[in-house]
Amino acid sequence: MQRLIPVTAVFVLILGLCFSIISSAQDNCLDCHTDWEDGENSPTQKWTYDIHNQVGLTCADCHGGDPTLDDMDDVRNSKGYRGLPSTAQIPQFCGRCHSDATYMKKFNPALPVDQVAKYITSRHGVLLGTGDDKVATCISCHSAHNTSPASSPMSSVYPLNLPAVCSGCHSDAEYMAEYGIPTDQYEKFASSVHGHALLVNEDIGAPACNDCHGNHGAVPPGVENISAVCGSCHAKVASLFADSPHRAAFEENGFPQCETCHSNHDIIKPLDNMVGTEQNSFCIECHSEDDGNKGFETASVISTLLDSLVRSEQNAIEVIDEAEIKGMEIDDERFALKDVRSSLVESRSLVHSFSLDEIRPELEKGIALADVTRINGLGIIDNYFFRRKGLGISTVIITLLAVIIWIKIRRIERQPRNRA
Amino acid sequence: MNQVNGVGGRLYKWIDERVKIQAFVDYMAHKSVPKHRHSIWYYFGGISLFFFIIQVATGILLLLYYRPGADTAYESVKFIITKVEFGWLIRAIHSWSANLMILAAFIHMFSVYFTKAYRRPRELTWLTGVGLLGLAMFFGFSGYLLPWNELAFFATKVGTGMVGALPFVGDFFLNLMRGSSEVTGATITRFFGWHVAILPALFTVVLTVHLILVQRQGMSEPVDWDAKKPSEKTVMPFFPNFILRDLLLWLIALNVLAILAVFFPYGVGPFHWLLGVKADPFVPPPPVIRPEWYFMFAFQTLKMLPATVMHIEGELIGIFGFGLGGIFWTLVPFFDRKTRHGQKGRLFVIIGLAAVIFILVMTILGYILE
Repeated sequence: MQRLIPVTAVFVLILGLCFSIISSAQDNCLDCHTDWEDGENSPTQKWTYDIHNQVGLTCADCHGGDPTLDDMDDVRNSKGYRGLPSTAQIPQFCGRCHSDATYMKKFNPALPVDQVAKYITSRHGVLLGTGDDKVATCISCHSAHNTSPASSPMSSVYPLNLPAVCSGCHSDAEYMAEYGIPTDQYEKFASSVHGHALLVNEDIGAPACNDCHGNHGAVPPGVENISAVCGSCHAKVASLFADSPHRAAFEENGFPQCETCHSNHDIIKPLDNMVGTEQNSFCIECHSEDDGNKGFETASVISTLLDSLVRSEQNAIEVIDEAEIKGMEIDDERFALKDVRSSLVESRSLVHSFSLDEIRPELEKGIALADVTRINGLGIIDNYFFRRKGLGISTVIITLLAVIIWIKIRRIERQPRNRA
Repeated sequence: MNQVNGVGGRLYKWIDERVKIQAFVDYMAHKSVPKHRHSIWYYFGGISLFFFIIQVATGILLLLYYRPGADTAYESVKFIITKVEFGWLIRAIHSWSANLMILAAFIHMFSVYFTKAYRRPRELTWLTGVGLLGLAMFFGFSGYLLPWNELAFFATKVGTGMVGALPFVGDFFLNLMRGSSEVTGATITRFFGWHVAILPALFTVVLTVHLILVQRQGMSEPVDWDAKKPSEKTVMPFFPNFILRDLLLWLIALNVLAILAVFFPYGVGPFHWLLGVKADPFVPPPPVIRPEWYFMFAFQTLKMLPATVMHIEGELIGIFGFGLGGIFWTLVPFFDRKTRHGQKGRLFVIIGLAAVIFILVMTILGYILE
């Protein structure tokens, strides 16, 4: 029994040391805050899915202090405690890590580290610098304790979610009143060709707010750089426009390049009647028949040729559809129709050169191809009727032969020697 | 035909002097065909033969343009139906005629079965007939892959895969059929070889024996024929009465074939042979993979069998079941002793009816449940 006493003492000592080590590694912030905070929106609840938590960071890594201490006052007084940052402090609070390239490499070497630098130049950042704490900071878009990478569909800044995040402030007329800017951007965007692609078709290749305005350095694009913004996706059209006579004319008159005809947030699917000299066309807003330049005539010819190609394509489609309904093989013609469609798309794009020399060859090529396809389709339909006529003739001949044989059988069987 | 009239008569005499066909004509003229309420079934053998002749003719025409191989088969069939003059018609007739030939052969086989025409002394005619149906089905199976389209590729994969389920010899036969462990371009050339060389040669030999036997033995009489009074036994001359009736039916069949080929060049409903898209082994199979309709009953049965029955793979049991059933069916003239002795064997009628009902129900279920 006496021998057991020192053994037990050593065991208790080792056990005590283990508890001490475990207790020293424990994050007491979560223990206390989890007890005090209720609801799924509480920071501790949201923290579970936060990217920072997933890469192994703790509360203390952002908020500072000693997380091993049990008493909150002791934590507040401990070394490095930063606590809750004010709105004005948030960019630097996040930037402490996110602007440190060496530190961020540990987690994701591809992640940019210029967010704060860009933010300072943004409209949000500029206003924050003037003491306006209503403007968006990092946590307004990314959230504070529920941050996910922008590529994650869970993230508030994922392309499909971003317009709603921006509109949280920008569609609130009361909140935005003092800034004197419109609050219908989201509504217009949602009805636009881009908004339809993004919000309805969920095509994340379609632009969200940040694709035109920038994200961390968000500013409204100026008159001079709209074509650069649009041209980052619509490169060919932007290039054609840049080489066109309209570029100089627009600059001279202070017209924003793409926006003048296509608008900004409520960009609708471009229609062929936007070009031409009819009432709905945009060309006649500047050009008239007697303005002394050839713009009016060019618009008229482009419009006529475009209409011709559209009609030729439609006629060819109707003929090929009819041939298909008749059960004919039309794979080659369908393929040719794709070429016609490519020609039409190319022509619509070439409209931005506003040069007949550029547009006419493509339009005429498309019209010729559509006509050939339609003629081929008519040939196929003729062939359909030819088949039926051929069948009719052969059926008559075969039936006639059958009748002759039947008469022969009757005649043979009437003869006594062949009668059954 | 002893009279020598006109050009035809002189030509006949000229040939007869050299190859002595008068004896054959006399034999045919004296041959007779029994007339009774089941006489209609005699014609289905002839109709099957007619569709086979159509198959040979259209098959040869298709051969002029068809090019076997994974890179050329699909393209050449597309070329045939889109560019070659009347290519679409030849393919449509070939496809329709193939299906109608199998249908006519099935009807012929079951009519022979139920009229007990397989009984002595026509056991060999039955055996060659069953062999011909088997060869015709293999014709269909091998021809199905040749367009190298998506449906054909996956149906062949499933079909040949069933052979691979056989114990011990499965892998060997799978590789033998496919030319490799997978369905590839090697499988097309192999199936093409079977379809245009091996099977036609085998079919021609067996068909010749079958026709010689039919001619030598004449048409089978009903089981109760011998018990009839001589006044009740009516017959018709084989030549020209029966031959002309055969010819009349062939013309009607040709008319039906032409109408089907022109109005439905790619088949009807699930019985279609649309070219569709080219086979691609790397894309997922289409939602519905179906074999030709005459394999559907077997396909559906194998699908409905449980995965294992008493620790034995269900599919294996199905394959063995069909194997044993096929052997029994082939050898039925030797099992049906009663009919052989002129008595009505009811048991075999019931077995035949069960087989017909089973095939029909499983085929219908196959199309409904897919």
